[in-house]
Amino acid sequence: MELLTGTNLDFIGKRKIAITGSLIVILAGIVSLIVHQGPRYGIDFSGGTLLTLHFSQPLPADQIRDALKDVVVEGKSYDFSRSEIKRFGPPTDVAIRIEEMETGTRIGDAIKASLKAKFTNYIPPKEGDWVLKHEKVGPKIGRELKGKAVKAMLLALLIMLIYISIRFEFKFAVGAIVALFHDVLITVGIFSLLNKEFSLAIIAALLTIVGYSLNDTIVVYDRIRENLRLMHRAGYGQTINTSINQTLSRTIMTSLTTLLVIFTLYFLGGEVIKNFTFAMMIGVFVGTYSSIFIASPILVEWEARSAHRRR
Amino acid sequence: MRRAQRIKIFIIIVVFLLSIWYLYPTLRLATISSEARGKMDSGELARLKERAVKLGLDLRGGMHLVLEVDKSKLSQKEEARDAVDRALEIIRNRVDQFGVSEPLVQRSGQDRMIIELPGLQDPERAKELIGRTALLEFKLVRDYKDMKALLDKTDEVLSGDKEEKRKEEEAELKELFKESPAGSLEAEMGTSEEEHPLSYLVEFLDQKNGQVMVPEEDIPQVDSLLSLPEVQALISQDMELRWGAEYKTYREGQIKWLYLLKKKSELTGAYLTDAKVTIGGGLDPEIANQPIVNMRLDKRGARIFSRVTGANIERLLAIVLDGNVYSAPRIKSKIPDGRAIITGIGKMTEAKDLAIVLRAGALPAPVNIIEERTVGPSLGEDSIRKGIHAAIIGMILVVLFMVFYYKGAGLIADLALILNLIFVMAALAGLRAALTLPGIAGIILTIGMAVDANVLIFERIREELRAGKTVRVAIDAGYSRAFRTILDANLTTFFTALILYLVGTGPVKGFGTTLMLGIASSMFTAIVVTRAIFDSLTAGREVARLSI
Repeated sequence: MELLTGTNLDFIGKRKIAITGSLIVILAGIVSLIVHQGPRYGIDFSGGTLLTLHFSQPLPADQIRDALKDVVVEGKSYDFSRSEIKRFGPPTDVAIRIEEMETGTRIGDAIKASLKAKFTNYIPPKEGDWVLKHEKVGPKIGRELKGKAVKAMLLALLIMLIYISIRFEFKFAVGAIVALFHDVLITVGIFSLLNKEFSLAIIAALLTIVGYSLNDTIVVYDRIRENLRLMHRAGYGQTINTSINQTLSRTIMTSLTTLLVIFTLYFLGGEVIKNFTFAMMIGVFVGTYSSIFIASPILVEWEARSAHRRR
Repeated sequence: MRRAQRIKIFIIIVVFLLSIWYLYPTLRLATISSEARGKMDSGELARLKERAVKLGLDLRGGMHLVLEVDKSKLSQKEEARDAVDRALEIIRNRVDQFGVSEPLVQRSGQDRMIIELPGLQDPERAKELIGRTALLEFKLVRDYKDMKALLDKTDEVLSGDKEEKRKEEEAELKELFKESPAGSLEAEMGTSEEEHPLSYLVEFLDQKNGQVMVPEEDIPQVDSLLSLPEVQALISQDMELRWGAEYKTYREGQIKWLYLLKKKSELTGAYLTDAKVTIGGGLDPEIANQPIVNMRLDKRGARIFSRVTGANIERLLAIVLDGNVYSAPRIKSKIPDGRAIITGIGKMTEAKDLAIVLRAGALPAPVNIIEERTVGPSLGEDSIRKGIHAAIIGMILVVLFMVFYYKGAGLIADLALILNLIFVMAALAGLRAALTLPGIAGIILTIGMAVDANVLIFERIREELRAGKTVRVAIDAGYSRAFRTILDANLTTFFTALILYLVGTGPVKGFGTTLMLGIASSMFTAIVVTRAIFDSLTAGREVARLSI
């Protein structure tokens, strides 16, 4: 069976439309980020305590909220009823997120004790069945992780820039990096638009997206490089367009197989990695799109500008 | 068959056998029933476990802690420098005695340490055990008159404050009304609480020793009065106030003792050689049937203890742990043998933990838990089940998809894919790297990406065939032309995986590991293995049509 072979679609001719479309999505994401005052950080970055609990029967969030009104932490009483309480997968499982107070305080343990006392009938007999997860990140660690994540991101982009500059040309590197920024910005923007939480796992997903998208871009670039040598007579734009068409079948095939496994992970992999696979899903879509519609057209634009300057 | 071809197949077989050898313990462990496991020799089981693929804390359940040593109170530079080393050593001792299998205690950076306790049953107890400073001190309790004097002075200062304020208000009033309303105001004074804000809340048991009882409901009030700077200033340099560790029952109510102690300790836990838990006997309700910790002091400690007890007969000697007074028994006679006990502990488990921390020694400085990630065993099991489930389904889908699209060639790619999975798992076992949930995601992702190399090659072969080349030539050209692309594309993904491995911690590191292994192994299987199969199939005869 063969699909999408021998196509001659005019990708380069449609580049203005594609770039405009991308800019609109990116802009929407940036507006959302401004409105929300930055990404919605999880406790990994903002610090705090996250308790994921499994009750033996569904327990309404309001009741938990009520129980959190008066919690005694190290002899002092606190009101945690404004904490975020949400479902975690099945209706019996709940995630409670509490903002960080002072360092060294054991808020999570105090809240567990207080819930244990109030909802005796809802709590499974074994501690391990009740507390699915207890995470606490101090504010200092949160800041450090944020710094590390940004550094990792920039380091990845820098290495890519150097690698492609060596293997190809500088303008290819610029095109690829612009496409990577495009992918990361759109993924982050969509996360912000959907008000999804930003955790360490999402940074891992973003880095993987960077790797994946670049992988895709390089396959197209490789063909462009080859064709630039073979097709002397055709124009720059046409050569690039032909190259995209020649690799189109492979690009779509690889995206499909990768998406196939990401979809299975998303639907069957459980609640813990749902956000991670969601980011990957957006990333693979956008990464495939960007190697065709962003990374390659940039070469055309670049060539057109420098040719203009030469004249 | 050509020589190069034979060598290639030989290498593939060797790698495959090596993988099976590395994977064998994992497969064995996964397939034997728990009954058979019980019958097995424990040494053999341990060896199997040692060589099997390790599961990360997120899959196995357990606790990950990052502790920071608070050096702010250490004065000397030298002390601060090796404080972390000593703290690390002491915590390692405590953890070893806590009884979880394969604990990890590791230094991280300047003044931090990472602790990992897999398969933990009681996380709160573990935190209590690891985090406490465990500074044991023996301090003499001051006399009744010292405590009385302190209380009186405090009362004076506190009510004096009010007095002054009252006088100010009075003066203001006088200003306003130009007459004296003093008489009426004076009459309201004189309640005991206003004149004696502190003494009113506490009660002496006898008129000998400097300890008072505070009812449970008044403790916060007393605490806040005592923390006022003007009150702190009254406590002389060589004395300190300390609370009892546990609530006691007194006249149907709960009380805590508040002790006035001599600040300088007579003896510390540094001289301890052993601490054991026993159940107390006798008639004293503080001791009978209660867990007590029996301590033994070394020679020097015993000498000091003997001197201190000998010189202070009939006085109270407080046993203070981390600033809380566990008990303050009366010294009845000189104790020459260096034995002492701690009572008033409460629960048995607590006594056991106390003995552990006393044996391991006191931390040179307090530690703070700055990061904590505990995953319950049931979530871990759930994650493994779902992860493996997703991996199998994803794998089947990709395998079917490849056969559907590339027919016979797809089948060859599928074979490579399965080999790839075996190699990655074997490498994980061989490198003793832990498999985490993101790690499983990484493996599943490499399943999706591993076929990419074959897709690239097959598309190239198809192109060559369309251009009218023979099967043999098309295969050669397909592989050689696709190779550079595959290398470039995979290297970039490898770099990002490497960054994840270097920068990430725990689960994210696991993701980086499997992604790197997956990329390396998939290049081998997708290029070398499939090529060998193609070559074997087409060798020695003219193949007219390729199923691709």
